[in-house]
Amino acid sequence: MRHLLTAAKRLLVGKGSDEEVRADGGTVEESTGFRDRFDSDLVESSPFWLPPFLLMGFFVYGAIIWNLLISLTDHAGYGRPDYSNLDFEMYVRAFNDSQFIFAARNTVVLIVSFIVVCLVLGLLLAILLDRQIRFKNGFRTIYLLPMSLSFVVTAQFWLWLYDIDDGIVNSVLGVVGLGPYNWIGNPQLVLGAVLFALVWQFSGYTMVVYLATLQSIPDEHYEAARVDGASTLKMYWRVIIPQLRNAMVSATVVLMVFALKAFDFLYALVGGYRPPKGADILPTLMVRTAYGSNQFAYGSAIAILLFLLALGIVAPYLYYQYKNGYL
Amino acid sequence: MSGETTSTTDETTETGFDISGKRVGLYSVLAVLVAFFLAPIETGVVTSIKTTTAVTETAPYAPPGPDGFTLAKWQTAFDQLSRGLFNSVLMAVPATVFSALFGSMAAYGLTQISWKGQIPILSLFVAGIFIPYQAVLVPLTQFWSIYFPVDDLFWFIWESEAVPADYSGLLELTITHIAYGIPICTILFRSYYKSMSVEMIEAARLDGASIRRIYRRIVFPLSTPMFAVVLIYQFTQIWNELLFALILISSGTSEAAPVTLILSGLGVAQQGTDFALRMAGALLTALPTLVVYIMFGEEFAEGAAT
Repeated sequence: MRHLLTAAKRLLVGKGSDEEVRADGGTVEESTGFRDRFDSDLVESSPFWLPPFLLMGFFVYGAIIWNLLISLTDHAGYGRPDYSNLDFEMYVRAFNDSQFIFAARNTVVLIVSFIVVCLVLGLLLAILLDRQIRFKNGFRTIYLLPMSLSFVVTAQFWLWLYDIDDGIVNSVLGVVGLGPYNWIGNPQLVLGAVLFALVWQFSGYTMVVYLATLQSIPDEHYEAARVDGASTLKMYWRVIIPQLRNAMVSATVVLMVFALKAFDFLYALVGGYRPPKGADILPTLMVRTAYGSNQFAYGSAIAILLFLLALGIVAPYLYYQYKNGYL
Repeated sequence: MSGETTSTTDETTETGFDISGKRVGLYSVLAVLVAFFLAPIETGVVTSIKTTTAVTETAPYAPPGPDGFTLAKWQTAFDQLSRGLFNSVLMAVPATVFSALFGSMAAYGLTQISWKGQIPILSLFVAGIFIPYQAVLVPLTQFWSIYFPVDDLFWFIWESEAVPADYSGLLELTITHIAYGIPICTILFRSYYKSMSVEMIEAARLDGASIRRIYRRIVFPLSTPMFAVVLIYQFTQIWNELLFALILISSGTSEAAPVTLILSGLGVAQQGTDFALRMAGALLTALPTLVVYIMFGEEFAEGAAT
């Protein structure tokens, strides 16, 4: 145990750590004291962080490694996979599968447009609310309300709103002489319809994230911009929005997770694994492949590719947080 | 509108770019947005209390007339969802409490490690929040069905008279939710403990208090406001979750199915969808989280924003 800890310590701490600033703001006096402290603290505090860490580690990271292993087999149905013959066959298959390419394209389109629209709309909401107005908390509560609902619940609402004959969306469009459109049934329209519902549910989230930062910006920044003669638009663009960068970065990553959870929404729209034609995304394709048609290895391979897509967004975020000392 | 002038002057001294005419425009925009965010819910509410003929005859957003009003759909929805609501409570309450407790413990334990030592462990906790559930589904089914079949291992529980055997799957679902709740709970608590006074803990340590004692006597009692935030946020997330329930509870008709799973198939029939029933079911499912949200909106927003 002692050897293992020493090795781990070397790996994690490395050299030149004596100049480091601790989380509580104090500086570490001398190198040896720090290292002693490191050893004893890691061990002494382990009853607190180790059990949660192991539970999470097993179910999250252990499961991902296990998933990777399964994706290298050709496991079909239930039962134990055969791990003796591993290859990348399932990944080759994925990239030659038009269904996979289509779902991957949809996933990227959905994630990117969802994030962009939520960031912009949330910013507008936050700027509108970040001033002295009456019922400020009331407005905020209402804008954030959809986020407290489940995708399964909101899908019921939107199914009714998008209904081709009696839905409110077509009634409103009918007033200006458009439609009716078959929002869920038309492959050209369904992804946009899903996107609109997701934005409705989560733009309040970005608003709250921005508001938290906006309220911490001192009034002097506004005043300074005013004194310099900047217009309202310029003041926001040059002075205020740059200060929201951190909020934007973390909101982007969280919104990505919400977008991937759109599986729940699509499942509830039709009450099954097969989403409306034209709205297939990687999460739905993965679940359908693994559990709908019992191709566990292929489903796992799609899951790993989806994981890599998410990692492509999360890893730079983690690095950014680490570099700026927010972690 | 008596306060109009005062609020305008406040605004002028605050940021100094607003004039009275803009106020009206601002409130109109805010009101339109209120309509946008409430319209789907309002439509759901009025539809759920309409008779079947009123649903087809009146506009979807219009309230029903006196002869078009009925609570029959709520009754039917409750009959079909009550078991699911019970299952969801049975699963979400312990899952929420234990994930919050583990999160608090992990966050506290991490504050006791020097900053450099935290980074690798902490990165794993943070990254754990963003893992798509699809990436772990197949191993999860393998684990619960082949390597750790709870129903076989704890046969004495399931065969006792007290617990009906058809609850199988719910325990697996609860443990899974606890494990996946740990990362977000840890990070929420950590941001709180970081802002908490470190001097107090350092002083207690210098006085010779053990790590365990400091947690029990100082940190845990002081975490009460954050526990409120985390419990509210986690309860909402776990109550609303569908995918794990779908995979771990083999079918929506199972006796152990949580409410989201049953709702997803409610009111779907060959002869056309019963929208009034679906709306009533959706609102009934949303009721617990809506009540929590309306009572603790501030804490919910805090949990979301952190």
